[in-house]
Amino acid sequence: MRKKMLAMLLAGGQGSRLYALTKDLAKPAVPFGGKYRIIDFPLSNCVNSGIDTVGILTQYEPFELSQYIGNGQPWDLDRMGGGAFVLPPYQRNTGRDWYKGTANAIYQNLRFIERYDPEYVVILSGDHIYKMDYAAMLEKHIEKGAAVTVAALKVPLSEASRFGVIIANEEGYITEFEEKPANPRSDLASMGIYIFSADKLSKYLTEDEADPESENDFGKNVLPNMLEAGEKMAVYAFEGYWKDVGTVDSLWEAHMDLIDGSDLDLYDNSWKIYSRSPVMPPHMVEAGAEIKGSMVTEGCTVGGKVERSVLFAGVTVEKGAEVKESIVMPGATVKAGARLYKTIVGENAVIGEKAIVGTDEGKVTLIGPEAVVVDEATVEAGAIVGKEEAK
Amino acid sequence: MRDVLGIIVCNMHDDLVPQLTANRTLGSIPFGGRYRMIDFALSNMTNSGIYDVGLVPSKNYQSLMNHVGNGQEWDMSRKNGGLSILPPYAGARGVYRGRMEALYGIREYIKASDAKTVVLSDSDVVANIDLRPVIRQHEESGADITLVYKRSEVFREKKCAALFFNECGKLLDLYLNPELEGTQNIYLDIAIIKKPLLDELIAECASKNEHSFVNSVLMQKKGVLNIRGYLFDGYCNKLTGLRNYLDASLALLQPEVRKSLFPAERPIYTRVRDQVSAKYGENAKVSESLVTDGCHVDGEIEKTVLFRGATVEKDAKVKGCVLMHNTFVGEGCDLQWVITDKNVVIPAGTHLAGSEKYPLYIPKDTVL
Repeated sequence: MRKKMLAMLLAGGQGSRLYALTKDLAKPAVPFGGKYRIIDFPLSNCVNSGIDTVGILTQYEPFELSQYIGNGQPWDLDRMGGGAFVLPPYQRNTGRDWYKGTANAIYQNLRFIERYDPEYVVILSGDHIYKMDYAAMLEKHIEKGAAVTVAALKVPLSEASRFGVIIANEEGYITEFEEKPANPRSDLASMGIYIFSADKLSKYLTEDEADPESENDFGKNVLPNMLEAGEKMAVYAFEGYWKDVGTVDSLWEAHMDLIDGSDLDLYDNSWKIYSRSPVMPPHMVEAGAEIKGSMVTEGCTVGGKVERSVLFAGVTVEKGAEVKESIVMPGATVKAGARLYKTIVGENAVIGEKAIVGTDEGKVTLIGPEAVVVDEATVEAGAIVGKEEAK
Repeated sequence: MRDVLGIIVCNMHDDLVPQLTANRTLGSIPFGGRYRMIDFALSNMTNSGIYDVGLVPSKNYQSLMNHVGNGQEWDMSRKNGGLSILPPYAGARGVYRGRMEALYGIREYIKASDAKTVVLSDSDVVANIDLRPVIRQHEESGADITLVYKRSEVFREKKCAALFFNECGKLLDLYLNPELEGTQNIYLDIAIIKKPLLDELIAECASKNEHSFVNSVLMQKKGVLNIRGYLFDGYCNKLTGLRNYLDASLALLQPEVRKSLFPAERPIYTRVRDQVSAKYGENAKVSESLVTDGCHVDGEIEKTVLFRGATVEKDAKVKGCVLMHNTFVGEGCDLQWVITDKNVVIPAGTHLAGSEKYPLYIPKDTVL
């Protein structure tokens, strides 16, 4: 049977604005929300939308991501006639190439798509935290008879200049694109989520590839070309929580949103977010500990004070330590008497005894994965400490 | 270990905790926030390289089947071997009366295996046991049967078998439920046995209408067979009743117990439920407690084990309790020494108290 819709997930991003967090890790593999990694959101959205075949395009530091995806079983993507496939660039008889841009990455995998012969292809990125029903978007796409449908979010006009902006007519068809305009004329920001009718995707990607001037990017090249060619292009207005967690500040903010209770309801059983669970016992709260307004995951041991923070699996907060408005990623240790304020701590990092990291008011501080902050050290607010430059 | 077959009998000792086994097998009793009793026996097999395992339930085993599924969480979803659930083979006499009869019911399954050695286990023991050294000792000593035991005081064990060995380590005698003082060798109902011998014993017991492994094999054959013991000296609890269930649950609050039960290199596996991290509210006050993913705590908890999805609302006080999956404790409740089964709802303002020595048990799905 022909597949209705196949998903292609662009997961090759470096996420350079997350600095130490993505030094050895692709951005979609960055831990999020206590139990998840960023990629769990688009993957779970796929499964919850009834998509059973997902191509995951990797390029930057693919190892941990590939290992995490495995056979796709945690997302119910270990299927006969489909499933999750990690697709790194590969050598072919016409030569070899890295993925040059978003469009080129998909172009290089057109043969993968053709194998499943889907009617529609949804292009996703692995950079955002949101819940979205791609099946509802597909319905709109079919209803509008579009060649491509672009998902868009209403943003305050003042912020629209950070995005690709879509100008649409009253019927919901796109009339113009503006890439990061200084004076935006619309508040519809492109979310980087596209549903293509498969034949159109193949046609325009092939044309784009033939153009030596092209940057091989969907937003900059392919979509404008389609508009110029007079294709029907629809906009799908998305309402709900959507957050780009591509910077240290936005990653921190997204976690504070979780604590404060936002539109992102992780507890909704009808749209579960799945993840590969570590095998750990429940977390232990020791005598004398204090936990308020926080999220704590299995495998943690808490002896100190935790306030407005998110502790990922297997984190230890020793007695007398204080963790406030901070995000502590899997396996990290906060030793006795250490104090953390407004800090993101990477996987397996160690904060030494009586060290003081960040401040209540200042910028977000980042301690990279595997980094060690020595006993009694002070790390200024806004600092970034990597594995090598241990303080 | 490809030449070892594991067999877990899931309903032995159900009568010791009638409350918790009203709707389930002993193996599927929830324990330790996110586990079921059988997870320990199954994980011990996996962590010892035994991936060929048969589960023998006798009744009420829906929850067990639901929990273990195809065995994939224990890495037992295999082409060769893997996990098999072997529903009881009810003959003219009805469902099995004892272990040997249970094994008789699955004799074809055992015969078909090309394993050389069989590990027999129940699901009433909470322990993280590496079976590899046990099997190694079994092979090196040339024993026909090796029994795993712990050192414990008899009065703590309701129904038990105390083992006595001679100076060469051979089983000399065995007393059932003895009135003995002091620390004894308590059999953990885990035995390693040569498979051809097991095949023979199953046939022999069936032909003599005998059904018990302890009575018909260990007691009667102790002079003929080379039966030896293996002392397990890590943390271990054999479930003996509701009070013991509470004690064992609260023992998990001790760091050395957790260290022995949950070492990083030999995890205890269980079914994954994709729950969100536990969430603590602004009014939460927590001390000496074990809390699982999916819980909401805005009240006060002390010396308590919370299972997945349990909720403790504002101003509620919970002490010395075990609250199983999705238990809801409303605002201003006061609970002491209470065990709630799954999906229990305790409305706001309710006061309930058992005692440390006699916990109050509230059955599954009760809405107070």
